[in-house]
Amino acid sequence: MNFGELLEIPPFSLNKEQKNELLTRRLKELTHLHQSNCPEYRKILDSLNFDIDSVTSYAELPFLPVRMFKELSLKSIPQEEIVKTMTSSGTTGQTPSKIYLNRATSSNQQKALVKIVNEFTGSSRMPMIILDCPSVIKNRAMFSARGAGILGFSVFGAEKIYAFNDDMELNVEGLKDFLTKYQGQKIFLFGFTYMIWEYFYKKILVLKNENVTFDLSDGVLIHGGGWKKLIGEAVSAQEFHQRLTDACGLQHIHDYYGMVEQTGCIYMECEYGHLHTSIFSDVIIRRTKDFSLCGAEESGIIEVVSSIPESYPGHCLLTEDIGQILGEDDCPCGRKGKYFKVEGRLKDAEIRGCSDTFDIRKSRWSI
Amino acid sequence: MEYLAGSKEIVESMPKLHSREPFTPAILEFCDDIAKELMRVPNGRNYPDMITLGFWLRKASTEALRKRFAIKDENVHLGRGVIFHVAPSNVPVNFAYSLFMGLLCGNANIVRVPSGDFPQVSMIIDVIHKALCRHPDMAPYICLVKYGHEQEINDHFSAICDVRIVWGGDATIAEIRKSPLPPRAAEVTFSDRFSLAVIDADVYHMMNEQEKSELARGFYNDTYLTDQNACTSPRVVVWLNSIGKEAERKEFWSRLWEIVDKEYVFQDIQGVNKLTKKYLLAADAEINIKEGKFIENKDNRLICVEIDKLTENLPAYFDNAGFFPEYAAEDISELSILCNDSRCQTIGYAGKREMFAPLIKMGVKGIDRIVPIGKTLDFDFIWDGFNLYERLVRTVVIY
Repeated sequence: MNFGELLEIPPFSLNKEQKNELLTRRLKELTHLHQSNCPEYRKILDSLNFDIDSVTSYAELPFLPVRMFKELSLKSIPQEEIVKTMTSSGTTGQTPSKIYLNRATSSNQQKALVKIVNEFTGSSRMPMIILDCPSVIKNRAMFSARGAGILGFSVFGAEKIYAFNDDMELNVEGLKDFLTKYQGQKIFLFGFTYMIWEYFYKKILVLKNENVTFDLSDGVLIHGGGWKKLIGEAVSAQEFHQRLTDACGLQHIHDYYGMVEQTGCIYMECEYGHLHTSIFSDVIIRRTKDFSLCGAEESGIIEVVSSIPESYPGHCLLTEDIGQILGEDDCPCGRKGKYFKVEGRLKDAEIRGCSDTFDIRKSRWSI
Repeated sequence: MEYLAGSKEIVESMPKLHSREPFTPAILEFCDDIAKELMRVPNGRNYPDMITLGFWLRKASTEALRKRFAIKDENVHLGRGVIFHVAPSNVPVNFAYSLFMGLLCGNANIVRVPSGDFPQVSMIIDVIHKALCRHPDMAPYICLVKYGHEQEINDHFSAICDVRIVWGGDATIAEIRKSPLPPRAAEVTFSDRFSLAVIDADVYHMMNEQEKSELARGFYNDTYLTDQNACTSPRVVVWLNSIGKEAERKEFWSRLWEIVDKEYVFQDIQGVNKLTKKYLLAADAEINIKEGKFIENKDNRLICVEIDKLTENLPAYFDNAGFFPEYAAEDISELSILCNDSRCQTIGYAGKREMFAPLIKMGVKGIDRIVPIGKTLDFDFIWDGFNLYERLVRTVVIY
């Protein structure tokens, strides 16, 4: 089965049984593919008491911790087929993940993204405001998660404008002109949660006091990139949305969950505040103590599976995020598939012992 | 900076304070007094590491140290002067061993105590205060301080010390070395090390019920008690004479699991950490691993993987909190690839001590101590290959 077949199916149209059948078939094939083409992945499977023929559901497939992509260069294609290497934004001092893409995987990422997002924005291209600075996408050989996100979402834009200059200052005049020019049209906005909060929301609050206002009531905003930094400012998702509505009239705001290791398969937030899985991918919640499956509404580690990755063995990944499944096939928004919420990240361990661990994740102790 | 014992004045008087001879009766009495108090701490039994310290400080034990170390020659021996101890912040009682070692050798001591909140630390400090009331003459020799990473403080203590002892790992040593020492001062550093366990399956086979259960307890204490993250904690288990002894191997791990299941407090991220290490090990082109060959890994608290060879690169895959690559060796000399590494510190063993002779005589760069399983954490004046008595004592030659 090739990925093209999946693209023919509307992304939120399959029920549990149909999706399980389809994804299991595709993910077993990907497991075979990577087993044949990625030596490290093959050795990992060899070490397990794992028999692919007995697999009846994709939840039984081995999953790699996302950190493996920081430690190793895992790929299932020859060097010359690499068209793009994506890197995670990674906090300072940490090794970023390296994700190798060939033409097919890169193009399928883009196609899946379009299919998913169109379900929320409609399929026509819109004037687009990128809530970031132009320099983020300058180096095309090494894509950061931020750059990749912006380029990926740019396909939904017709005319585009960057909201900030490279010093992260809001381009007030440019935005004003842009909004006047496209008055009455649906405007698409995209950016990363923290950037929007820090450099857009805070700035327009100041401008409001100077009687400079922006009317974005015709806009639809998609934002992602996690809440970690905003938790420090004690802003919840709900409050973030409400404050933006109050500040510039934005009504349609969608958060999404996704990661550079599985670009394309994002999990969009619906009108009811639920993150949705499409037919291209799924989330599985596992217990921390033995990685067994959690029940409904039981919190655990999020595993993400994606039907896209052919160039690197990232089709089944264990994240370090915590979340829970809220339901399946029955969200009031009408979309089929699991819906879930993300509750945070696994805490670093506090360990004893005399080997010091200044900066690695493992421990907060230092000597 | 907080003074948990002593004061700024005491620190300032230290450079001119007279050293004492090692193992004077007054010091031995003081230690014995501390030992007795430690045994009386309410709920102290819950802290085996503190009780072990108590035993080490009893007169019988310090007398034995005196007999082993005090040099009987025509010369006079004195403490070197002021010792600045940088104790590891995540091992509760290590600071106390370092302090008493300095005292027993006749020195004044400035000790940076662990920054972590350990009940043992405050219990031990309370006991020291009580004992100091009865031995006021010891007070000028003891300063316990707590502070963060402030370099000015490190600078100050380093500038006035005669010996600096840095416990902890490579990063701490690099940090502390930014503070210069006086020209004549010496330094003892305990860098990042790893340790292993060797079990003779034949010997295990002959053990009775009680011995097997003691071995499991000893191994648990050597590893899980410090999250398998002390320099002395075995990170890999090597079996000898294990052909046809699958049942013995299984039994060893099962008995360990029983204790882990009851006692070990697991932290959520540890499962992900171990899975990552396990897969990195599996992905290594040189090593083949098999999971759950001798024990089914029941959950993430105990992860054993069988490896088919020992390689130089194996330490890159060591982890903590209950992650055990295990290997069946045909001959003890196979360990040389791991032990010919100056980072290799302790071998905890169950078997005959003679079996290590061929390995040591190969001239391996590592291995500083070989002790029975259950004893890897036991402190001694010879540690990490250093004779600490010699490092902390000055010899005055009189012809």
